This record gives sequence, C-alpha cells and structure tokens, in this order.
Amino acid sequence: MAIFVNADTKVLVQGLTGGQGKYHGLRNRAYGTQVVAGVTPGKGGSDVTADDGGAIPVFDTVADAVAATGATASFIAVPPKAAPAAILEAAAAGIGFIVCITEGIPAQDEAKVYNTLVRDYPNTRLLGPNCPGIISPGKCNIGITAGEIAQPPTAGGPNVGIVSRSGTLTYQALYELKQRGIGVSTCVGIGGDPVPGTNFIDCLGEFQADPETHAIIMIGEIGGSAEEEAAEFITANVTKPMSAYIAGVTAPEGKKMGHAGAITSGGKGTAKGKMDALAAAGVKVGLNPTEAGDLMAEIVASL
Amino acid sequence: MDLFEYQGKQYFARYGIPVSPGDVADTVDGAVAAAEQAGYPVVVKAQVQVGGRGKAGGIKLADNADEVRHHAGNILGMDIKGHTVKRVWVEHASDIAKEYYASFTLDRAAKQHLLMLSAEGGVEIEQVAKDNPDAIVMLHIDPVDGLSLAAATQAATDARIDAEAIGGVADMLVKLYGCFTKGDCDLAEINPLILRPDGGVHALDAKVSLDNNAAFRHPEWDEFRATEELDEREQLARTHDLQYIGLDGTVGIIANGAGLAMSTLDVVNQVGGKAANFLDIGGGANADMMAAALGVINFDENVKSIFINIFGGITRGEEVAKGIVEAMGRVDLRAPIVIRLDGTNAEQGRQILADAGIPADKLISKPTMLEAAKTAVAIANGH
Repeated sequence: MAIFVNADTKVLVQGLTGGQGKYHGLRNRAYGTQVVAGVTPGKGGSDVTADDGGAIPVFDTVADAVAATGATASFIAVPPKAAPAAILEAAAAGIGFIVCITEGIPAQDEAKVYNTLVRDYPNTRLLGPNCPGIISPGKCNIGITAGEIAQPPTAGGPNVGIVSRSGTLTYQALYELKQRGIGVSTCVGIGGDPVPGTNFIDCLGEFQADPETHAIIMIGEIGGSAEEEAAEFITANVTKPMSAYIAGVTAPEGKKMGHAGAITSGGKGTAKGKMDALAAAGVKVGLNPTEAGDLMAEIVASL
Repeated sequence: MDLFEYQGKQYFARYGIPVSPGDVADTVDGAVAAAEQAGYPVVVKAQVQVGGRGKAGGIKLADNADEVRHHAGNILGMDIKGHTVKRVWVEHASDIAKEYYASFTLDRAAKQHLLMLSAEGGVEIEQVAKDNPDAIVMLHIDPVDGLSLAAATQAATDARIDAEAIGGVADMLVKLYGCFTKGDCDLAEINPLILRPDGGVHALDAKVSLDNNAAFRHPEWDEFRATEELDEREQLARTHDLQYIGLDGTVGIIANGAGLAMSTLDVVNQVGGKAANFLDIGGGANADMMAAALGVINFDENVKSIFINIFGGITRGEEVAKGIVEAMGRVDLRAPIVIRLDGTNAEQGRQILADAGIPADKLISKPTMLEAAKTAVAIANGH
C-alpha cells in the first residue's frame, strides 16, 4: 500500500511539451510511473518521445487526454499565470489527484482555486502548489523528486512515511533514511505556499490508516500554524511513532524566507512554538534534518 | 513588499478609498509646497516602515509654512528605531470624531479571507485583541464569493460602529476588500479609519503589504520597488533575481530550496557560527545563477567562508559544479568555499569539481551537511 498514489496510477502531464514538464515528466516515466499523456493547448495530436523511444501522446485538453487514456492523476508543470486555470481544468475533467509544482502563484489566485475545489470538486485532491510532488518508492513518482534517493519499502516493514513543507528538505529526509537502509512507504511534499491544497493533517490521517506505514517523519518550517494544528491532530488521532524537524529557528522576524508562506510575525509562526507543540504531542523533534533522521532510526530500531 | 504610508494611501486612492488630501516630499521646500496645496492646518508625517512614529516625534501638526519648515526640517533625516526618514507625507489635518480599525488578510488556517473590524481604532490592534477581544469583529470571507455590501453592513453593525458611520464604513470595507483582492495585497489595513464631525469617513493611515508573486500583473508596482529599503547586498541580489536576505554573520550561505537554505542557517548556528545571509538559488539553478550568487556573497565584506549546500531535485549536480568552476574563474573570491553536494547527478558534479584543478584550500568538499557546516564555521571563526 501507499497513500494517494500507487503502481496503477495513470498520470498525465499538463505542460509536457515545456522545459520543466518534459524533463520531469520523462524522468517520472523512466522511474516506472505510468505517464500516459501530455496536455498542451494547440499541440494535440503530437507526441513526446521518451528516452526509451516510447511515444507519449499529447492532447489539447485534459478532458481529451482522460477520455483517450483513462488518466486519473495530473502533474502540472506550467507557469504561475496559467497554473490556476490548469488546476481547475484538471478537476473539471474528473482528475482525482493533482500535483502542481508551480512556484510563484499569487496568493489570491491560490485561495480562490482552493475554495473552488472544496466547493465544486470535493473528490479532487490538490497537492501543492509550489511542492516537489509525491513518491511511493518503487511504484509511482509524480514531480521533481530524484527517484534514486528513495528507498523502497520492505514487505514486512518497518517503513516510514514522510510529509514535508519543503522540497529540498524532503529529499534530505529521503536521503537520511536511505543512508540507514530504512524503507519509505510514501513521501509527500505538501509545498511552501500559504494555501496548500493538501496539508499535514490530510497526510497524517492517511499514514495512520496505511498498513504499510509504521512510523512518520514530518518536516515543517516557520510561518502559519499548520504544524500546531498537526500537533493537535497527532495527540488525538496518530498512534504511530513520529520524528520531526522544523526549519527556520534562526530566521529573522517579518522576512519571507524564500517560500511565500515562510514568515513569522508578531511572535507567531516561530520554529520554537512549533517544536514545542510537536514535542508536547509526543513527537521526537530533531534540531536539524540529520538529527530527525537519527531519531527515526532509533524509533525504527525499537519497532 | 511593504509600502510606505504615502504609497499605501496612493494605492488606496486607486481603489476609491477616500484619504486626506496631501503629498509626499523629500525636502523642506517640497513639504511646504505640499502643505500649501493641502491647506492648513496640516500634519507632517515621517515615512518609515516602523511603528511608534508619533512617540519618536515623527508626526507633527503645523498651522503655517514656518511651522511646516521647522517640523519637516527636524523630521527629515531623523532616525526612528534604526530607520532614517527620507520622506515626509504632508496632509490636511482632519477633524476626528471617532477612530475605527479595519483590515483584510488571508487566514491561512481557515484558507479564507479575514476581515477584522473594530470601533476601537487608533491604537495597536494587538493590544485591543488582548484587553478587549470582544471589541473586534472577525468575519471570514469565501474568496470565491467575495464581500457583499450587506455582509459589510452587518459586520459594521456587529462591531458597534456609530450609527451615522455604518453606511460609510460598509462602503469603505467593500472598497478596501477590492483593493485587497484585485490589488493583490497580503495585508490591507486602515488604522485609524476615522469618522469626521461632518459624518464622513476616510482612511487616516494606510498599511499595505503586497504579494510579490502577483507582480507580473501589476506594472504600477515598479515605482514602489524603486523606494524599497534594501541594503546594497539585497539590491545586487535582486538584479540577478536571487532570493536573498542579508544577515550580520560571517558564513556566506548558498542553498537550493528555501527549506534547505533555512535549515543551513540553523545548522551553522547550531555549530557555533552565524550566517551572513539567506540565499536560495531556487529549483532550476544553473551555472549563471550560481556565478551570480557567488558574486553577491563575495560583495559582503563580513563573509569569511562560503557554505554551498545543494541537494539536487530540479537542480542538477553537474550544473551546480559547472557554475562554481565558472564563477571561480570570473570572480576573485575572498573566502574559501565549503560544499556539500548531493541528489540528482551529484557524483558527476563532484567529479567536475575534483577535475577543475582548484586548490584544496579554496574549495573543500564534505559529504554531510553537518560536517560541511562545522568546517565552514571553523574557517569563519579563524580556526
């Protein structure tokens, strides 16, 4: 098992003919992901050739691609101006799982898209925007994660689920586990924007229910209150052991630290507050990503 | 991007929000001219992005040109909590019957817009929230629906805004919401929003923070950018489109991804060092970006060592390595580089660095983030 995606997930790529979409779409396919279609308005009827010589058909619309290929997930790699419409087009075409890696979407657009999905397309889950994507090692990789750094899960476990707000720290977590030979059930990058389509709680609930996941690493960062809300959820609902790391202990107040959502203000959203909340919920909190990995290794050894 | 009060007022005016007549000036003569135009009495207000201007003597009332000359002379160049006053805003002094508070932000937890409205304005809203939370009406707004005049009127009533001001305040809320949404603000705040004895309402102050992600559809923001208070390092970084924040330590930082960059700062701090900056070269960093980033770091004279922390996702290791080699050829780096390179094509990258013939005291490669941080900090601290 894995959460949100598995070996049967059929993926279309919105923006497959663009630079980022082509590079990562083909990498995802080379990893073994079923990348069945591309969507670029005006380029329907053409093909994108993969490294192994296989041809991925390109369609003008998501609806056409779904009708022809039965795709159930979409990987969106289009510029910020076009991304909100691309997300809503995928939802309207019946796509159930959307991964949007686009960075730089205005917050007003993001808030509108999120609330439109909630209201009109309750069966569609959006991961991102501004996220690295999702990988279920050995089964499916949608997004920009380098698949080779993810250790596939073992049949009997113990295996770890990863959920993270930061792209590169997601890779760091995968890498820390691989170094220790610990398998990963699914690794979800929820992204660093102010209005993520999928949040920590969504992922923690899925990991708690997933029989293949035995422990969970959570990586947060300064800004907002998602980690504090996750801590409340963990106290009430998560029985699997967890370790965590929060980036931005030394971040100056009132500055956006690269991610649009990574900003503290008025003493709120600080790393300290988040670490304290998670520790109070029974999560082992590391002071750097390596320490969070060490703590997880101890947890796994004890299972 | 945070706007100065005068820019916030100009921005409000675009969306039909009434403000006091006035103008901005960066000289004493300019201030007098602005006062003559606005009509006496006037208020001369220091333009700095920090609270407590009034207490610091940065806001003064003037009844004639001599007084404007006197006050503007004192305020221009004044230091308020480390901010030098470069401009004053001069506006016609308003008669105030009542002071209210209104703001719109995005409530990230609720994923909806949030209106905060209070009949107790003119003071820090955080203080009101602490002392008398019932005095603040909080209304969540679905971004798909927006704010109706009826809902704004109800909010004004609930906030116990004076009866004669409810119509005016509700109208202003709808306009401020328009500014917040169409104007792509992270924050649009009026404190105080005043009721005049004649029954009219207008914005006496303006606090506006803009969402940089929306800059592509706001060419009018260019003039705000020109006055943004950045240090020299930050200005240089901006010309190269780098995500850079200047800090006051001695270890220059380059990382890919905001989370990793933040984490790098934390780890440097944890092993006894201090970062000179935050710098995210982004997901698609190439040789040119890396060269530009090194140029910006090299410009900072406090930097004693440079810690490059790369974990490849979109960023490819060989691109990073090529960038470093190229930059070291272009820029005469004053400080040695400690690099930790992992992820996509990291081995090719490490090979490129090893084959480049760079002296071992100029470029040190370490396998882990922690070891690299320790080495960079040891060099920076002179060990």
